[in-house]
Amino acid sequence: MMLAAASAPASFPLLTAAILVPLAGALVLALIPSRRAELLRPTALLFSATTGAFTLWMLAAFDRHDAGFQFESTHTWVDDFGIQWHVGVDGISLFLIVLTGVLFPLTFLAVSPKHDPKPYHAWLLMLQAGCIGAFAALDLFLFFIFFEIVLVPMYFLIGGWGYGQRVYAALKFFLYTMFGSALMLVGIVSLAFIHRDDAMERATPAQEELTALQESVDVRESSGVDVPQEELDRLDELRAQVEGADQLTFDLVDIAEGRADVLAQEQEAIEAGDMDARDSWNPLDWEAAKWIFLALALAFAVKVPLFPLHTWLPDAHTQAPTAGSVILAGVMLKLGTYGFVRFGLYLFPDASAFFAPVIATLGVIGILYGAVVATMQRDIKRLVAYSSVAHLGFIALGTFAMTTQGIGGGVLQMVNHGISTGALFLLLGMIYERRHTYEISAMSGLQKAAPVLAGVFTLVMLSSIGLPGLNGFIGEFLVLAGAYLTLKWWAVVAAAGVILAALYLLWAYQRVFHGTPTDDDLATPDMRAGELAYMAPLLALIVFLGVYPKPVLERIEPAIASLVEHIESTTDFVEPDAATSGFSGELVDSHAGDEGGTDHGAATDHGEGE
Amino acid sequence: MLNVLAAGVEPSWYLVLSSALFAIGAVGLLIRRNPLVMFMCVELMLNAVTLSFVTFSRMLDDIGGQAVVVFVLVVAAAEVVVGLGIIVAILRRRPDATADDLALLKG
Amino acid sequence: MELLDLVWLIPALPLAGFLLLVVLGRRLGEPGAGWLATAMMAGSFGATVLVFAGLLDRPEEERVFGQTLFEWLPIGGWQVDVGFYVDPLAVAMALFITGVGTLIHLYSVGYMHGDENYSKFFLYLNLFAFSMLMLVLGDNLLLTFLGWEGVGACSYFLISFWFTDPEKASAGKKAFVTNRIGDWGFMVAMFACFATLGSISYDEILGGAGSLPETTATLIAACLFVGAIGKSAQLPLYVWLPDAMAGPTPVSALIHAATMVTSGIYLLTRANPIIAVADSWIQPTIAWVGVITALFAATIAVSQKDIKKVLAYSTVSQLGYMFLAVGVGAYVPAVFHMITHAFFKALLFLGSGSVIHGMHEEQDMTRMGGLRKYMPITAATFIVGWLAIAGVPPFSGFFSKDEILLYAWDENPALWAVGLVTALLTAFYMSRQVFMVFFGEERFTVEAHGEHAEHGEAHEADTALDTEGSEAEALEQPGTAHAPQHHVLHSPPHESPWTMTLPLVALAGLAMVGGAIQLPFTSDLHFLEDWLHPVIGDNEAHIDVATGTKVGLAVVAVLAGLVGIAVAYAIYIRKVRRPVEPAILEEGWRYDSTITAFMGGPGRAGFEGLTTFDAKVVDGAVNGVAGLVRRSGGGLRGLQTGFVRNYALGIAGGAVLLLAYFLAQVTF
Repeated sequence: MMLAAASAPASFPLLTAAILVPLAGALVLALIPSRRAELLRPTALLFSATTGAFTLWMLAAFDRHDAGFQFESTHTWVDDFGIQWHVGVDGISLFLIVLTGVLFPLTFLAVSPKHDPKPYHAWLLMLQAGCIGAFAALDLFLFFIFFEIVLVPMYFLIGGWGYGQRVYAALKFFLYTMFGSALMLVGIVSLAFIHRDDAMERATPAQEELTALQESVDVRESSGVDVPQEELDRLDELRAQVEGADQLTFDLVDIAEGRADVLAQEQEAIEAGDMDARDSWNPLDWEAAKWIFLALALAFAVKVPLFPLHTWLPDAHTQAPTAGSVILAGVMLKLGTYGFVRFGLYLFPDASAFFAPVIATLGVIGILYGAVVATMQRDIKRLVAYSSVAHLGFIALGTFAMTTQGIGGGVLQMVNHGISTGALFLLLGMIYERRHTYEISAMSGLQKAAPVLAGVFTLVMLSSIGLPGLNGFIGEFLVLAGAYLTLKWWAVVAAAGVILAALYLLWAYQRVFHGTPTDDDLATPDMRAGELAYMAPLLALIVFLGVYPKPVLERIEPAIASLVEHIESTTDFVEPDAATSGFSGELVDSHAGDEGGTDHGAATDHGEGE
Repeated sequence: MLNVLAAGVEPSWYLVLSSALFAIGAVGLLIRRNPLVMFMCVELMLNAVTLSFVTFSRMLDDIGGQAVVVFVLVVAAAEVVVGLGIIVAILRRRPDATADDLALLKG
Repeated sequence: MELLDLVWLIPALPLAGFLLLVVLGRRLGEPGAGWLATAMMAGSFGATVLVFAGLLDRPEEERVFGQTLFEWLPIGGWQVDVGFYVDPLAVAMALFITGVGTLIHLYSVGYMHGDENYSKFFLYLNLFAFSMLMLVLGDNLLLTFLGWEGVGACSYFLISFWFTDPEKASAGKKAFVTNRIGDWGFMVAMFACFATLGSISYDEILGGAGSLPETTATLIAACLFVGAIGKSAQLPLYVWLPDAMAGPTPVSALIHAATMVTSGIYLLTRANPIIAVADSWIQPTIAWVGVITALFAATIAVSQKDIKKVLAYSTVSQLGYMFLAVGVGAYVPAVFHMITHAFFKALLFLGSGSVIHGMHEEQDMTRMGGLRKYMPITAATFIVGWLAIAGVPPFSGFFSKDEILLYAWDENPALWAVGLVTALLTAFYMSRQVFMVFFGEERFTVEAHGEHAEHGEAHEADTALDTEGSEAEALEQPGTAHAPQHHVLHSPPHESPWTMTLPLVALAGLAMVGGAIQLPFTSDLHFLEDWLHPVIGDNEAHIDVATGTKVGLAVVAVLAGLVGIAVAYAIYIRKVRRPVEPAILEEGWRYDSTITAFMGGPGRAGFEGLTTFDAKVVDGAVNGVAGLVRRSGGGLRGLQTGFVRNYALGIAGGAVLLLAYFLAQVTF
């Protein structure tokens, strides 16, 4: 494998293949005649598993020392607007893509639809392609397309194969998330134009010099006078500088690095005392950056979902079929948090630092609020949905703590939450299949009749609660520890969320699995070997990532470290380096007065303190 | 041909004709109920506009106006095919149908 | 190879037992699963002894040994390893955990006989042992936290082991959630360590503690104390421990008396360099919380009717003693008491389990009496435990308790006085228990032709008794006190099998001589203190009390114990007076029921309120916007008449208006 992997990236567009294979699968499914319906599932599984294999291959071939993008592939798409098919993977997106690659085949294995298998499988394959595409896209426009396109399959999955109120839920899901991302398109387009105008403006002196020099050279050449070589060199140099300045681009890396250059210059000027503060930066850029960031953040906040934009999630989860819930919780919610990292922190380090306390506050509210509301749910699927609100609140907190541990923990937690909550929804699907209800009060003492199911449920539940030694804890701990460095009081309050997590999950477990079983409960069949077989990879990951997360962390870390560096060089944020600053005690004291202040960035505050 | 006519005919005559045609078409569209007649009225208005395009093209010495006319002709042809088809199909079912009977798109 | 290199075996063996039982448990069944688990524990004990020997071999100042297995959380300059930190404290803890643990495993082989989830019980027990050993052996706070949460989870599994009983299931959840409140403190302490020291490994924390700024040290110490309060069942978080008695009795002995609940003391002892740097209010706070808890729980214990409840409150009370010790800087006596307490309280719990077993799952002491005739070994060993906890010399409890009181006296006589009253009460309620259970008249009758009920059936058949027992445990409902009544047994009470009595005898022996590890008066005999010196060093309080005073204090303490015993004797054997057992004490000062009422009332209402807020306001806003769009669309729908000529008119009108507008523009 390693041998193949070593030579693969150059020759084989792995990432593009991972996006296109499921799409091709969806097409193939459409061609299978209805009377050969038994072929549908194996075919879908084949395509999905092939994609999964590609992602695993990518994982094996991933160079863990490289902080940049790997497996990049770039093709021109709409030349006039500078829109490209630009995909690539770094440590941040790697595991999300692998998770998408692995979770889908398991979902195909685990659940089959009650009716209309052809569109069902085709939609799921499209969803897989869309999710991988969104995680891999390095072109703003491409990302937007994938970000939006995943809504369609999910809409049909909920609306077509869901439960009682599926139409309401599907519509709410679609409209709500669509509403969130409507402004994102505006933001992306205006960002591209502002970027171009800015580039042109900065190229103006060079352009003028070029025109003047060109003229004089032309004149001399036409009159047969020798032109000195340095002037010709200068001419080439200027041409290179001007080259492409008027070209519109949606390329994430170009725009982000372009912004970073300007911001870093301004930051240097501020630090040198040539500029007072951020207000004296080019006002248009700073204002525009804030607004465009907000436009993007709104789309991501709906998707995460952050309080108070979360209410589509419980409805969608409750009404979605099992596969829909697994994918929604396991993969699609991460589009929001991933977006915050990639298109928030990376693209807008300045605005991110400015808004960090606000978003972190919303995250912390989500942690506590989601947990409290989850406690009182009667429907166990709704309960898990609200638990997702809480868990993703942790990720938002970690991301906007902007420390290596916080962001890294957040990325890890995205993967962990995908595994645990995906597994949890699969288990709920099994329970529904047996009992035809999600009502907590309709069940009792299930552990008596189904000890293996109860045991597996316990393990997954404990992972979700955040028991050390299981995966959920590692992410949560890193998030909180990382957040403590810059957003101390946020972390302290958020840590209380772990109490509530134990409360709502254990209480639900007690009501469903403990207690006196009725006849119905006693007749509930236990887990079958086949079910255990497809749960096994998830269970193994839950334990493995809890005991030995190093292989994941060391692949995530370089990308995070360079992201933090990127933020530091462009803003006045300074990551507190506990290991070396140690013993100063500044952290404890400098924030004592910061307790209630959310209006002013504690993150940046701290930076000044260092 | 235009050159011959242009000797005694002012361009404004065409415009007057064009507006007259347009007005006839518009009024006809509003007061008649027979779908076929209404359809003819629409055609009339279309042609009125075409005529004014040609006229302006001539007056302003801009070929663009005539180019538009070609487009309009194509569109009109397509429209006739589809529109007439629909109307004939309707009238075949309900020979006495008026435009007011065809209110299926009521919101 | 050094003996110390074997340290990984100590937790690995129970872990292996756990994994084997997960895979093979059902196939092994009874008693194979039990023996496997016991063998693993015994092996672990053996490994601990070897490590102990290895450590003993080294000169005192070199008695710290680290072993790193692998990197756990390496990120951003932080590094947390999975590894072991072997020092005298860890080894002392591991010794009694594995030792007492082996005995309790052995005991369970007999006690759990016939249970349908026999192998699962041992699976949890082994997992518990693994977690507990990680807690004490882990080389950093996070690994200790792993054990800390792990023992909490196992405690949850084992309390709600008989999950079909809603009360027991509820007790398990309560234990876990209450513990988590403490865990919150633990987590914040870890964050603070990370933030200031950049590491949470004991090496660096304990080494760097001296240079910590006072505020940080105070924060860390206070947060660790919060964690310890939760785990070690102190006020105000003790409420889970009495309820935890719902678990099988070996669990109560192992987890809720000997090992897990003492981890708070371990943690604070481990963190003694940080506490030393912390603000001066920390230690008195610890001492007062401890001593008040001790008194509070002792007063409750005097009125309990459930044989295990008495022991549960007694445990809370004794843990309070240990906190008192930590609070006055008496770390060695704290550890000393922890060890002796592990011996005698495990003994008492196992004895009570034997009684419950012999009485066919009866736990109400008002339905016992005169049992020493039926179960002589249990009675004899129980009496040893009683004398030990009552502080009667030369049993182990006397030495450790006396030591704590001595330090308390030196620190603040008020602490000493409260401790002394507690000691008196302890002697009283334990005597009451012994007299009610083993002496006096039999408050039960044996059905003449009753068949000997097997233990396993007893679980099923005696559900009625179970329910009554757990009603008493529930505590929430006032007035569930059982009137003394004659209780009918199907067969006479019987002595337990050897697997159960052997651990009793062994523990009785330890409870008798356990005091020898730290003998008073002359420092030559302070074996434990010498052993722990590298860990605690100068942070141990230095007492300056004359030998005469020391003897005097000891005499007063012994007298207090004897008075307690005498009073109990007068009331419960000689019946000089009617027992005074106020209902408010039986209900634990209504503390738990108040909390339960609050959680069930306003707390729940608040949760409900927020849920309603979510549905009506947050989601209501969303649906409201949707409704607004729908309604306005409905209004505009009227414009779409469907009449072509209407539309034509509209278009014409619009064209005219536009024309008029442009004309107006031109004209004016």
